[in-house]
Amino acid sequence: MSRDFLSEIEHSSTAEILQGRLIEFIQIARNNGYQAGISEVIDAQEVAHSLNITHPQYLRWGLRSLLCSNQNDWQRFDDLFDAYWLPSAKQNYRTESVAGAPVGKRESVAREAEVNDGEATDVDQAGQGEGDDAFDGGALEGASGQESLFNADFQFITDAKQMSEVDDLVERLAKKMRRRIIRRQKIQAKGRRIDIRKTVRKSLRYGGMPMDLAFRNNRKNQPRLIIIIDVSRSMSLYSYVFLRFARGIVSSMRDADAFAFHTRMVHITGALHQPNLTKVKTKLSLISAGWSGGTRIGECLDSFLNNYRHRLNSHTVVMVVSDGLDTGKPEFLANKLATIKSQCRKVIWLNPLLGRPGYEPKTGSMLAALPFIDLFASAHNVESLSALEPELMRI
Amino acid sequence: MSKTNKINEFQSQLTDVGYICERSLASSLVLMKSLQRPILLEGEAGVGKTEISRALSEVFDCKLIRLQCYEGLDVNTAVYEWNYQRQMLAVKLLEQSEEQIDKTEQEIFSKKYLLERPLLKAITQQKPPVLLIDEIDRADEEFEAYLLEVLSDFQISIPELGTIEATSKPYVILTSNGTRELSDALRRRCLYHYVDYPDFARELRIVNTRVPDIGLQLSRQVVGFVQNLRRIDLQKNPGVAETLDWAASLLSLDVSSLDDDIEAIKDSLVCLLKTREDSEALGSMEIERLVAKVI
Repeated sequence: MSRDFLSEIEHSSTAEILQGRLIEFIQIARNNGYQAGISEVIDAQEVAHSLNITHPQYLRWGLRSLLCSNQNDWQRFDDLFDAYWLPSAKQNYRTESVAGAPVGKRESVAREAEVNDGEATDVDQAGQGEGDDAFDGGALEGASGQESLFNADFQFITDAKQMSEVDDLVERLAKKMRRRIIRRQKIQAKGRRIDIRKTVRKSLRYGGMPMDLAFRNNRKNQPRLIIIIDVSRSMSLYSYVFLRFARGIVSSMRDADAFAFHTRMVHITGALHQPNLTKVKTKLSLISAGWSGGTRIGECLDSFLNNYRHRLNSHTVVMVVSDGLDTGKPEFLANKLATIKSQCRKVIWLNPLLGRPGYEPKTGSMLAALPFIDLFASAHNVESLSALEPELMRI
Repeated sequence: MSKTNKINEFQSQLTDVGYICERSLASSLVLMKSLQRPILLEGEAGVGKTEISRALSEVFDCKLIRLQCYEGLDVNTAVYEWNYQRQMLAVKLLEQSEEQIDKTEQEIFSKKYLLERPLLKAITQQKPPVLLIDEIDRADEEFEAYLLEVLSDFQISIPELGTIEATSKPYVILTSNGTRELSDALRRRCLYHYVDYPDFARELRIVNTRVPDIGLQLSRQVVGFVQNLRRIDLQKNPGVAETLDWAASLLSLDVSSLDDDIEAIKDSLVCLLKTREDSEALGSMEIERLVAKVI
C-alpha cells in the first residue's frame, strides 16, 4: 500500500490519473445504487475543477452534492468516500476488512494503469468488478431492495425490518392511489366555474362574443371506499398489512371507512386516525381483545348492514379482505353480500390465498359469495395491491 | 489557495446577509452556481431551507422569484396565463376595424396579453434570478414531470406563441419536506443537500445574529435547552425558526436567565411545542430537569 490519492496528485502532473479515478469512483457509486450517469461523470470533472480538490473535504462535499439524491444516499456517502479515497485512514478504524482487501487491489490496478499510460478501459473494467466485490455485502439497499419487497408474498416476510418497510410501502401506496383518483379539475360542458381560457378560444368563432361557455368542474364520482378486513387467526399473517393499507386509505381519502371483523364487526376508522402507530396498535388490540374463535362473515356483514347501511350509495366501493374461511352458513353470507351489492357500485373481494399457486376458491362460503363479487383478486403482495388502482379509478 | 477561498468567501458573504451555514452547504451552493444545476434541499421543517434562497438573492443581488407548490398546481398558475379580460376587449375593438381574422388572432395572442407566472418570469429576466420552488413534494406528479422539462431545457413552449428561450438561467432551489417520494428523474437533475439541524455553536451564532439583544448567557441557555429538547422523542421537533421565536419571546418577557421564573418559561414553551401530545408529554418535572441541565 504505497501511495494514496493525495500524494498521487502531488507527484504526478497527469490530470488523467485523477480523471480515471474520478470515473472509477463514480462507477463504484453507481454499483452501490447511486444515480450516476454520464452527465455526472462530466460534472464531476467540473466539480474537481471548480473546488479545491487537493483538500479531500471539498472533494467529499462536492461529490456528495452531485451524486446523492436522497437522505439515505446522503448518510452512507461518507463511508463510500472514505473507503475509496482514504484507504489508509479507513484501515485505522475498521478492523474487519470488508473494504480493505479490494481497495488494496484497486490501488495496484490504478498503478498499473498509470504504467500503461492510463488506459481508460482498464480502469473502467477494474472499477466495475471491484465495486461489485467490495460492496455487495454491505450496501445493497435502495431500488433493487424495494423491487423485491414489491413482489414478496406478505406471509414470507419474517424480518421485522422488512415488514415495517412493506407496511410503509403499503401505506404510501394507498396515499398515492388517492392522488391519482382525485386528479385535477377537468373541462366540461356544464359545471360550476367558467373555464375562461377555453371560453375565449370558443368565442373567436363568434367574433369575440362569448356565446359558447366552457366550464371546469371537479372530477365527479370520487369513490367512497369502505374496507372491511378479516382479522381472524387464519388471516393473522396478512391482517396487519391490510390494517396499514386501510390506514393509508382512511387518512388520505376524504370519505372512507374501515371495519375489522372476526366474530363481531367493529368500526375502526377512528382508531386508525391516531397519528401514532403504536397507539393504533394498542387500540386495535383492545378492540379485538376477548373475541372467541370462529369467523362468521355473514353475521358480521349483517351487523354492518344494520348499522352502516346509510354509508352505502351508488358511488361506494366495498372492499372485503378475507380468506373466506367461514364457520357460518354460506347461504346467509351470500344473502347479505347480495344486499350489499345491490346498494353499492362495486364489491371487491381480496383473498390473499389466491396468490398461492394451486389455490382455488372451493370453500362453501367463497363459492356462495362469488356471484356477487365484481372483482375477485389476490392481494398477497404489494404488486397485487397496486394493481387495484385502475379498478378504483374506473367508477 | 484561491479555490478554498472561494468557499470561505461565499460563506462569509452569506453570513453578512444574516445566514449562517455550514461550509459543506456553502460548497454545495458554489457548485450550484458553477455547474448551473438546480439544487434540491431536503431536511426537517424549520432548518432554514427556504431562508437560503432569500440569503442567496441578497448575495447575488438579484430578484427572488418564488413558486409555492400545492396540490392541483397547474401550468396556468405556475407558468403563464392569458389576460382574458383584455383579450376580450381587444377582440371587440378589432371587430370594428375589419381586420383579417388571422391577424386578429395573432394580435390577441401576442406577448402584450400574456401574464407571466413565476416559471416564465424566472427565465425571462435580464439578470439571473433565484428561483425558489418551495415544497415541490406537494405538487402533483404531472407537474413534477413538466418542471423537469423546464429545468433541463430552460425553455417554455406556449402553443399560441411558440417557444420562449431563457434569456438567463436562474439559480434554482427546490425544497422538499418528504410528504411524498420525488421521482428519480427529478432527483437526478438536481444537486442534493440534506440540511440538518445546526449544532450548538452554529445555532448559538444564529440566535445571537438574529436576536442581538439577547445577551450571551440567555442565548447559551436557550440553545442548550432546544438542543436537548430535540433529543427527546417529540412528535414535532422544534426547528431553528422556533428557537428564534422562543428567544424573542423570552426577551419580551424580560427573562434574563432560564431559572429566573420557571412559570414564565413553561408559558412561553408554546413557541417550541406545536402539538398537544408534545406539550402533554413535557411535564413540569421534565422541564425543570432540562432547565437545570443547561444552567
